[in-house]
This record gives sequence, C-alpha cells and structure tokens, in this order.
Amino acid sequence: MNQLTNYFKNNIRQNGMVLALVFIMVLFQALTGGILFRPMNVNNLVLQNAYVLILATGMLLAILTGNIDLSVGSVVAFVGAISAVMMVDWGVPVWITIIAALLVGVAVGAFHGYFIAYMRIPAFIVTLAGMLIWRGLTMVILKGQTKSPFEKSFQAMAAGYLPGRDLKIGGLNVIALIAGLLISLFFIIMVFRARRNKVKYGFDVIPLWLELGKAALVIIAINLLTFSLAAYNGIPIVLILLIGLIGLYTFITQRTIFGRHVYALGGNEKAAKLSGVKTKRVMFLVYTNMGLLAALAGLVVAGRLNAATPKAGVNFELDAIASCFIGGASASGGIGTVIGAIIGGLVMGVLNNGMSIMGVSVDWQQAIKGLVLLGAVFFDVVAKKKG
Amino acid sequence: MANTILEMRDITKKFAGVPALQDVSFSVQDDEIHAIVGENGAGKSTLMKVLSGVHPHGSFDGKIFVRGEECSFKSIKDSEKLGIVIIHQELALIPYLSIAENIFLGNEKATGGVIDWNRTVNEAGKLLKKVGLDENPNTLIGNIGVGKQQLVEIAKALSKEVRVLILDEPTAALNDEESGNLLNLLEELKVQGITSILISHKLNEIEQVADQITVIRDGRVIENMTREQGDFHEDRIIKSMVGREITDRWPTRTHKIGDEMFKVENWTVHHPLHEHRKVVNNVNFNIRKGEVIGFAGLMGAGRTEIAMSLFGKSYGQKHSGKVFKNGKEIRVDTVNHCIDNGLVYLTEDRKSYGLVLINDIKNNISLANLGKVSRFQVINPNEEVVEAEKYRKKLSVRSTGLEQVVESLSGGNQQKVVLSKWLMSEPDILLLDEPTRGIDVGAKYEIYTIINELAAEGKAVLMISSEMPELLGMCDRIFVVNDGEIAGCLDRGEASQESIMKTIMNHQKKTKSVQRSKG
Repeated sequence: MNQLTNYFKNNIRQNGMVLALVFIMVLFQALTGGILFRPMNVNNLVLQNAYVLILATGMLLAILTGNIDLSVGSVVAFVGAISAVMMVDWGVPVWITIIAALLVGVAVGAFHGYFIAYMRIPAFIVTLAGMLIWRGLTMVILKGQTKSPFEKSFQAMAAGYLPGRDLKIGGLNVIALIAGLLISLFFIIMVFRARRNKVKYGFDVIPLWLELGKAALVIIAINLLTFSLAAYNGIPIVLILLIGLIGLYTFITQRTIFGRHVYALGGNEKAAKLSGVKTKRVMFLVYTNMGLLAALAGLVVAGRLNAATPKAGVNFELDAIASCFIGGASASGGIGTVIGAIIGGLVMGVLNNGMSIMGVSVDWQQAIKGLVLLGAVFFDVVAKKKG
Repeated sequence: MANTILEMRDITKKFAGVPALQDVSFSVQDDEIHAIVGENGAGKSTLMKVLSGVHPHGSFDGKIFVRGEECSFKSIKDSEKLGIVIIHQELALIPYLSIAENIFLGNEKATGGVIDWNRTVNEAGKLLKKVGLDENPNTLIGNIGVGKQQLVEIAKALSKEVRVLILDEPTAALNDEESGNLLNLLEELKVQGITSILISHKLNEIEQVADQITVIRDGRVIENMTREQGDFHEDRIIKSMVGREITDRWPTRTHKIGDEMFKVENWTVHHPLHEHRKVVNNVNFNIRKGEVIGFAGLMGAGRTEIAMSLFGKSYGQKHSGKVFKNGKEIRVDTVNHCIDNGLVYLTEDRKSYGLVLINDIKNNISLANLGKVSRFQVINPNEEVVEAEKYRKKLSVRSTGLEQVVESLSGGNQQKVVLSKWLMSEPDILLLDEPTRGIDVGAKYEIYTIINELAAEGKAVLMISSEMPELLGMCDRIFVVNDGEIAGCLDRGEASQESIMKTIMNHQKKTKSVQRSKG
C-alpha cells in the first residue's frame, strides 16, 4: 500500500491532468446528452484538433527552454500560402510541394533560431517580429485572397482515412479495429520490456497488478477510440501522423541526450553550459524544429480547409501555448512533457467542441477557456506550495 | 573620553542553530572611525546586519543601544531613522537612473507625490560637493566608475542625515587613488561629526585611518585596540585575526607526489565587459600528480577568474597563454574540450552555476556525462541509474533516492552532487572553487576526505578557498593570488596565515609602487 501511495505522490501532476481530462469528458458527455462520444463527433474531435496538438508538441520544447514562440500561427498561414501557389498556380506535384513546404518551415525556424540563440535577442521579440513578417508575406503572396482548390491527395493528409473503408463487420471498420488491437499489443510489449529491463538491473518495480491496471486503462482508452472511429469512417490519416509525432517527440525529450539538454538548458542555462551543454546549438535546434512542426501544421490546416487563406492560423500560437501550460509546463522553463501538452490540448479541444455542441456562444467559450487556463496553473502553484 | 553613540551588548545570532555571532559586545564613540576586522566568515557582515536591522529585532539575542537608549529595529527603515546607514559591498544603485535620482530614491523631494526636479538636482549637487564628487547630478549611474558610485552611495547616506555610517568593504573594487580619496572623505566626515564603522580586509588602510579596531574571529570579539594605545601594527592585527590553534580538523593523508601533470603558462584574461582591463595577468602555476595545491587570496583577488577562465574559457575574453597536461599542450576553448581532456571545474556558486535545482539527483549527476550511458545519442535509462547511484553511494549523498530534487538537499549534499557529476566524468585534474563554502563542519570533513582520496588516486587538485586554515590543512603548496597575479608560492613548511597575509601585503605595496612610478 505504501508503494501505491508513493507512486501516486510522485505522479500527482500527471495523474491530475489525466483525471481533469476524464472529468471534462464525462461532464460534457452528460451536458451534451451523449453527443460528445458519438462516433462522428469523436472523429471530428481528432480532425479539428490535430493542428493544435502538432503545434503544442513543438511549442513544448520552446517552453522547456523558458521561452515561447508567437510566430507559429503566421507560419501556418505562410506555409499554406506557399503550397497553394506551388500547386494551384504552378502545378507542382503534391509530394514535391509537401517537401518544399516543410523545408520552408525549417528555414523560417532557423531564421528565428539564429537571432534567438546566437544573437541573444529575446525569443518573445524575435517571434513577435516573425508573427508580423510571415503574416504580412502571406498576404503579399496571396494578394489578400483565398487560393483553392487542392488535389484530393493533398487533402487526404488532413481529412482522409486509411484505405479499406468498405471492409466492415456489423457496421464497424475492420482496419480500425485491427489497428486498435495492434497498438494495444505493441503497448503491452513495451511495458513488459521496460519492466524486464528494470528487473535485469535489479531495480524496484511497481507491483505487477498496478502495472497491469495502468496498462488496462490505456488499452481500454485506445480501443474505445478505435471502436468509435470504426463505427464512422475508419482511422483518419492525420491521427496516424499525430500518434507518430507524439511517440517520436516523447522519445526525443525523454530518452535522447538532446532532450535532456533541452531540460537542463531550461532549468539552469549557466549550469548547463558549465556542464558542457552546447546551449546555443540546443536553442537553435528547438526553434528550427518549431518551424518544421509549424509547417506540418500549416499543411494539415490548408488540407482540411481545402484552401489557403490570409487569415489561416490566427491565434493558433495562443492555443498551443495554452495547451502546454494547462498540461503542466512551467513558464520559467525546464518542466513539462509532450504527453502533458497533448492532454492540455485535448482539454481545450473537448471544451471547444462540447461548448459548441451545447450552443454556447463563441464569446463565452473564449472567456471560459481563459478561466480554465488560469485555473489549471493556479492549481499547479497551490499544489507546489503545499508539496 | 567622548560619548558613546552606539553600543551592542551580548549579541548572539544563530543560523539554523549554528551560531554566527556569540556574545559580541562593542561600542562606538562619537566622531571616530571604528574598524572591524576579521577573516571571511568571521561574522563581521552578520554583525552589521544585526546593527542595521536587516536581521530584525527578535531574530537574535542581545541588546542595541543608541545614545544610551535601547532600540529594537524591525527593518532598515527603523535604523535609518536614527541615522544609522549601511552601505553594502554590492552597491544598491540603479544604473539607468541619474545620480540625483539615485540619491533621493525612496526619499524623493516631492510635494503631494509630484517630484520637484529643481530641488532634487540642486540638493544632489550640494551633497556631491560635500563628498567631493565633481559630476553633473543628471549623469546616469551606469556611466560613472565604481569609485564614484561609492561616493554617490555616501552622498545618498548623507541625504538621510546620517550619524553612523557603516561601510562594508568599501574599497574592495577601488584602485588606490580612489581608495585614498574615500578614506580622506571619511576623515573629513569625522570632523563634521559623522561616525564611520569600516569593515575592510585592507589592513594598511585601517592602520591609516582607524581610531579603534575591533577584531572578530569565529563570531566572537577577540580584541579591542585603540590608536592611543599605539598598538596598530599590521603584524599585530593579523596575529589577532588569525591566531587560532590549528587542531585536527583535517583528515590525515599520505603525500605521494609524482611528476608534473598540469601546467599553466602566462595565462592572461581580460574582463568580459571592459576589454582593456586585465583580470588575470600572466599567471603561471603547475600541479603534480597526487598533489593538492591551494589558491589563497582576498575576495576579488582573481582566483575564481583564473580557474573559470581555464575551464572552457567560461570567464572573460581575449584569453592568452598555454595549458599543458602531462607535458602536452591541450585545448581549453570549450567546456567539452576540458572534460574530454580530464580537466573539470567545480564552481563556487553551486546554485547558479553547478546545479539544475529543479531536476533530480540522477539528472544532475549524469548531465555532463550522458555520452557514457548512451548509444547513438539515445540514453539507456537503466545504465544511467546504475552510474549515478554508484556516485551517490560513493560520496554518501544523504537523500531519499536518486529521484529527489536537488533543491531540497542540504548545502553539503548539494555540493556532493556537483562533485559526483565531475567524478563521473573521471577527471585527472580538478579545479575546486570554494568546495566547502556554506556547508557544515561535518560535511566539510567528508569533502576533505574525498579530496584526499582523489589525490591518493594520483589526480591533480587545485583548491580555492577563502578559509586559510583549510588551505593550510589540506594543501601541499599554496599559491597566493592578488590582483589577478600570482603574488607568491609557499611550500607546506613555510605557509602560515601570517606568511600568506604578508605575501599579499607585500604584493599590494609592490603594485602600488609600480603604479606610482608609472604615474
């Protein structure tokens, strides 16, 4: 029992976030009279929030360094505009456009990163400038107008589904069900591999029943999701992209030297430097990466809208930043996880979606989201003081 | 005899149960310059903080009397009301405000909240004349030198109708001419009826101006000397300051010294902001295998700057000179070069430069050595735990486990974590800057033991310390650093607190005479 309380004490923040998400989901499920978890709506939740979650992943790294990136919304629009011009006006093939768009994102991120890391101009100023620059250039490129439509294959990335939509058993998409089972199996294998390794090194492990209980919860969640999706159109391609990104960035932040250096830089830059961390290079890479992910989000947004518009991505940076803070990241840097940022993003997404279904006006939605952000951070501060 | 303006009686102040001051009593007369001397950490600054209300009434035992009346200061404001003003070592001026604005900061010449700028500038001008500073009151503080800033601080004190002026190491950052001016000013103020309490390491200055000297050692008053008694003599003061029996506070060690392992030649470093100022000047020293050498010197002598600039050029600019390991020249351009060459530096300021306080013990220990527990840039978390745990055990870091956040550790255990980090990189040469600063006696002994073990393993160790007994107890040779230069090297046999102080004083005199002959 002692072990159990210890486990919860050590993971209070993470568990708290998950509980908050579950609470909000249950709340809106009740308030919307069960609409929230209808298969179509679950599908919409994924498609609507994909871009925020992609941005939040990159933003988390920036926030870990103790900074933010205000430019991502404008970069989203800029990349959308460039790809629209390439495909619609010049007739460039889709795959070349995608590669070019991602490279533009990298270049934009590197541009910011250069001034932030090597010229030591505060990130707030550099990315504020970037916000204006890329928004302005978007309007220049699009001449203030909307450009569309795109090819089907380009839209697929944002709004398409895995093939095999007609393979159905009892109205459920077989591919989605199988995917759910495969992911569950993969998860179970990972859990037991990590456990076996720990035992091999002679470390303490949490009791088996607790490990299994945890795994069971995750597996139930995964299969509920895939089951819902199976009852609609199957698995959205963007979900695959998203899960890949979350996995990749969790790995980078938790398991690689680079990731550890990001945390150290945010925790204490001077100490990190005196421990041999190349702080400038780390900072540069974090912002370059942010550019890459902003470009990816830009492609997803353009594909979903099936158009590039000058107003695309307005205020996206604020959603991404809010996701990270709701997810437990610290504004002074060094604290936060990718999973946390994703959960934060989902909290915002469910709030948006749930309130829209209930017919709450956009004005009230904004105010309520603001209160939730403040409340989440307030809870953090109070919990820290008590701890 | 003149009237007693100020008296402190039986002051005892403890920090977390450890006494910093014990039954300190002393009194200051009207119109005198009263010097307080003692080693670093003897309790001088604490005493002055008690006097000025930084440590409020009730946080210490004992009584304070001003003009025979007992006082209980709750804050600096209370002591300032009675005309007691303290000027700290780190000046509290705001660089982007003008001289006049700084002088009247918090005490603005205003009516109904609106500042009268003419009156402000006018009165600031008068005060500047009083302290002999020929500057426009509208000049920004950031544009005048430290010496002049010191005078502005005094002008600020005068604006508060000061009776007792406390100066904590006022001349530490000043050159000789500026110091001279400052001391003259104190004597003038004395004539005008302002008493000064002067804390200083520079005994020659004290000899010059003080009317009375109180010597503090280990939180106790050791001696009171007055000018009339005629026993103001540097040697006499030094003896009183340091005259403590060196007991068995250091673990014994066998000295097995081998060949030269580390050598620094003509190392010169310029100030990070003022590129013409040499902070480290033509420094040469060496460490042999299995040897512990020490850097002694006063605060601001340049010891930290030497060590930190050697470690990946982490301090200063325009570095020149050569660094050798085992006779071969090595590159020290970045921290990683140094770590790869087995040269590491333990900072004197572990909270700012040594630890990521919000991270746990494991991450702090492995931070400089992630390559050792990784393959293709991917960390093996289990290897990491094994390695970190090895050093946590070896140095017996008292903690709940590797996951404990270092912020919550005691100073001594934090220091062990920083040491663990560097030991994990398996260095040959360790530059330890104040390795025992701010940690309790028991933890100190453990750190000493670790240092001895390192030496016994054949490593070369440099120890920088402001506590001379510690250097004398630990080191095979002691290099005396003064003014960014090596003033001398003393062997174990000839080193004593007196001889170290003597070396510093001689070097100060020598540089002074050099400056004179140049000027």
